[in-house]
Amino acid sequence: MVEAFFEWFPTTWLGMLLGVEQTGLFYFVTIVAIILAIVFPLLIAVAFAVYFDRKIWASVQLRRGPNVVGPFGLLQSFADGFKLFLKETVIPTGANKAIFLMAPMITFVLALISWAVIPFGDGMALANLNVGILYILAVSSLGVYGIIMSGWASNSRYAFLGSLRSAAQMVSYEVSIGFVLVCVLLAVGSLNLNDVVLAQEGGIHRWYFIPFAPVFLIFYISALAETNRPPFDLPEAEAELVAGYQVEYSSMAFALFFLGEYANILLMSAVMAILFFGGWYAPIPALDFIPGFFWLFIKICFFFWTFAMVKAFVPRYRYDQLMRLGWKVFLPLSLFLVVFYAGFMVAFDLLPGQ
Amino acid sequence: MLSLSLTELAFYLFAFVTVAAGALVISAKNPVHSVLWLILAFFSSAGLFVLMGAEFLAMLLVIVYVGAVAVLFLFVVMMLDINFVELRQGFLQYLPIGALIGAILAIELVVLGSAWHFGPDVASNIAAQAPAATEVENTKALGQIIYTDYIFIFQTAGLILLVAMIGAIVLTHRTRPGVKRQNIAEQVARRPEDAFELVDVEVGKGVPMPTKKG
Repeated sequence: MVEAFFEWFPTTWLGMLLGVEQTGLFYFVTIVAIILAIVFPLLIAVAFAVYFDRKIWASVQLRRGPNVVGPFGLLQSFADGFKLFLKETVIPTGANKAIFLMAPMITFVLALISWAVIPFGDGMALANLNVGILYILAVSSLGVYGIIMSGWASNSRYAFLGSLRSAAQMVSYEVSIGFVLVCVLLAVGSLNLNDVVLAQEGGIHRWYFIPFAPVFLIFYISALAETNRPPFDLPEAEAELVAGYQVEYSSMAFALFFLGEYANILLMSAVMAILFFGGWYAPIPALDFIPGFFWLFIKICFFFWTFAMVKAFVPRYRYDQLMRLGWKVFLPLSLFLVVFYAGFMVAFDLLPGQ
Repeated sequence: MLSLSLTELAFYLFAFVTVAAGALVISAKNPVHSVLWLILAFFSSAGLFVLMGAEFLAMLLVIVYVGAVAVLFLFVVMMLDINFVELRQGFLQYLPIGALIGAILAIELVVLGSAWHFGPDVASNIAAQAPAATEVENTKALGQIIYTDYIFIFQTAGLILLVAMIGAIVLTHRTRPGVKRQNIAEQVARRPEDAFELVDVEVGKGVPMPTKKG
């Protein structure tokens, strides 16, 4: 996308009027503009995601939810953000200052940079990486650091225990996510997210959630655990640990954690849509005249809705049950599925690129 | 005017960060800071891999070393209860022997470097490079080599790691008596009929002790 725009824009009348040439500076400005074009809508989407999350729980529990600020309470998230912005950033006396302040920034930045490889249409990604899936896996495995560092730097028992739990949980569930990705990659024959979507062209019956239903189920549950969503929100289990690794954080530092968490949830929804639900494709090929971005958006909204519903009606797991599920159920199951799908594809000559 | 291309600039940035972070790993006083610097060093060397066109290796470096190995390092180091003052007390006492070992290593490096000879076919090997990264994907190229020519070595390496893992588990595992464990299958298989019974209570008699079932 970047390269195409880079070559196309100087040939347009606006480009000629401005006298734009294909220089390094123009390339830089283009990339920054595209990054902003992704990040701004994303942050607004995050603000509304928080609002809809709260509205959905409220409906499940027969409450009204936020309904005061703005029409239908739509501006509630912005009011909350503004309030947090005006608050004082409290740094505990015993805290390791530099790491304490760096942790929320790392969480927030990592939640944003994964979006660089998400294709919003054919070839419409900021970076069309050949190893896009590995990039997402790598960035999500880095996400542990924001949490561990915040827990350790806070110099508080609750925060430390919460961060240890969270790190162990994320590392455990990454293993099964890795195997799930291998299953999908076997069918696609490429690590490029664009190719993954292109392989599912041709309507809803070609989407991977049908042949890969068990794999999708494992991925969905692992995604809940990876994003620390209920029923796996043990890191911040308020009943035991007050708020886990976030105990000592206030003001914008807390807001960054919060934004990062929701940006990660949206990212996981987008990854699910791309891997199993045909990314930017419409369910019926006849509807493909509607821009692909719209379909991806609808799919992300759907998965976010299911995430919110799960939070509303599933009780929290106990920690040892969580570990058992990750290591004793999902790991063997996903390992078996990799062997099964690989064997199946070899036996029936379905492997791509042959 | 010094003109650098973007790639060169990125190379010098990553290289400088790698070396600086490496130096800080050994000079940081707090072990947790050391591990964090180590992570930065890993991360920027992954950046160097990307610049060389080895994107697959770069991602693996981040996933395996930063995402898994360094997390375990950090876990262990955070749990350590170290008295930093005590740690630094013996520094002068150990300085001579430390300096001696360092000097020996440095001399060995120099000897090795001066006596280094390139093999006769190195030049032809370099000339016969793999096709450009745009033609064959990194991942595919690696797979074609690892799973054909070097399959036995690759599998043996995996087997050695597996044996090491099992060995570590066997050595550290101990069965403690009297630990209560959940049997999930048993719990799930339990039906209401097994768990409770309805008893008609006669007035003034009370309920007899229930007979224990399943």
